[in-house]
Amino acid sequence: MVKRVFGFLNRVLWHGFYHRMGTMNRNFFFTVLLLSAVQLSAQRVVSFDELSVRLKTESDTLYLVNFWATWCAPCVAELPYFEALHEKYRDRPFKVLLVSLDYKSQVAKRVSPFIQANHIQSEVVVLSEKDPNRWLPKVSEEWTGAIPATLVFDKSRRVFLEQSFESLRDLELVLQPFLAP
Amino acid sequence: MKNVLLMLLAVVLLPAFSVLNTGYNIGDTAADFRLKNVDGQLYSLSDIKDAKGYVVVFTCNVCPYAKGYEQRIIDLHKQYAPQGYPVVAINPNDPAVQAGDSFEEMQKLAKAHSYPFLYLFDEKQEVYPLYGATKTPHVFLLDKNRVVKYVGAIDDSPEDAAGAEVHYLANAIEALKMGKDPEPAVTRAIGCGIKKKKS
Repeated sequence: MVKRVFGFLNRVLWHGFYHRMGTMNRNFFFTVLLLSAVQLSAQRVVSFDELSVRLKTESDTLYLVNFWATWCAPCVAELPYFEALHEKYRDRPFKVLLVSLDYKSQVAKRVSPFIQANHIQSEVVVLSEKDPNRWLPKVSEEWTGAIPATLVFDKSRRVFLEQSFESLRDLELVLQPFLAP
Repeated sequence: MKNVLLMLLAVVLLPAFSVLNTGYNIGDTAADFRLKNVDGQLYSLSDIKDAKGYVVVFTCNVCPYAKGYEQRIIDLHKQYAPQGYPVVAINPNDPAVQAGDSFEEMQKLAKAHSYPFLYLFDEKQEVYPLYGATKTPHVFLLDKNRVVKYVGAIDDSPEDAAGAEVHYLANAIEALKMGKDPEPAVTRAIGCGIKKKKS
């Protein structure tokens, strides 16, 4: 009985609220909801085990994974190229994943504000894992540990680059063999 | 067309791969050098008397990982220099790329934090490529004949010194003291890429 009354009240209130908003406001309301959901997921802190399942695929999607940090100047300088590709290939089976190596204690202080201030649209996860010596070679045997570093893979090929990209063209060149029909 | 693209890709990739083939491997004899210390004097490894080995650490002023390890590097020197294994820190970065890594800033930092070890400036960027350092901090442990015995990380916990469980470098020094080969002899660590002079 109490439950039914509560449910009824809830519906009335919700509908009242919702109807009074109008289409424009309603869209705005949902955009805000959606954005906050995106923002929440944007600062997800993951362990290496959680990340590693995302560093391989059986699907037709091409993945572009960049290891970076807010304190790493060459990383920050090349982020716009990753963002540009995220935008350019949004209609393809293509996914950009930005893996931040900022310290976990810096997520709220630096990573989230950085993502917001720079309107980063690609998915960002923060890797929190001890002993890089254990997990670095699992990303690539070639990786000595410097960032930026970039991993490109689909279900059949893999390229790892411990370097920065000086231009969007440089980065696209790495993708070309994967995108060629 | 595809071939052209592959060739272009090869051109892009080659420099990246060549980086991996340079630098010292375990067992190589490392070159000595002559670099300017924060006290304005030039130093070589051979100037350090009674050394049984050398803890060569490529590090810098501003990298958060270098800063995170700064106190640990000081502590390592305080513990092991009296036993014959001094830290020799080298800043390999070009201050034109990263202003905070200038020689003057090195001097300020060394003074403010009372560095007990040599803090040298690889101003011509000739030493770090010889060693094969790619980032800061990046450690090369040499024996008294400058034979490379250990390369890599200081420990397994960059963010939290107290949380370190495996002290790779200290373990390697202990092995060297016992006349043994460190195990592991090579580890990997996250660090800030060395800031190369822009050509």
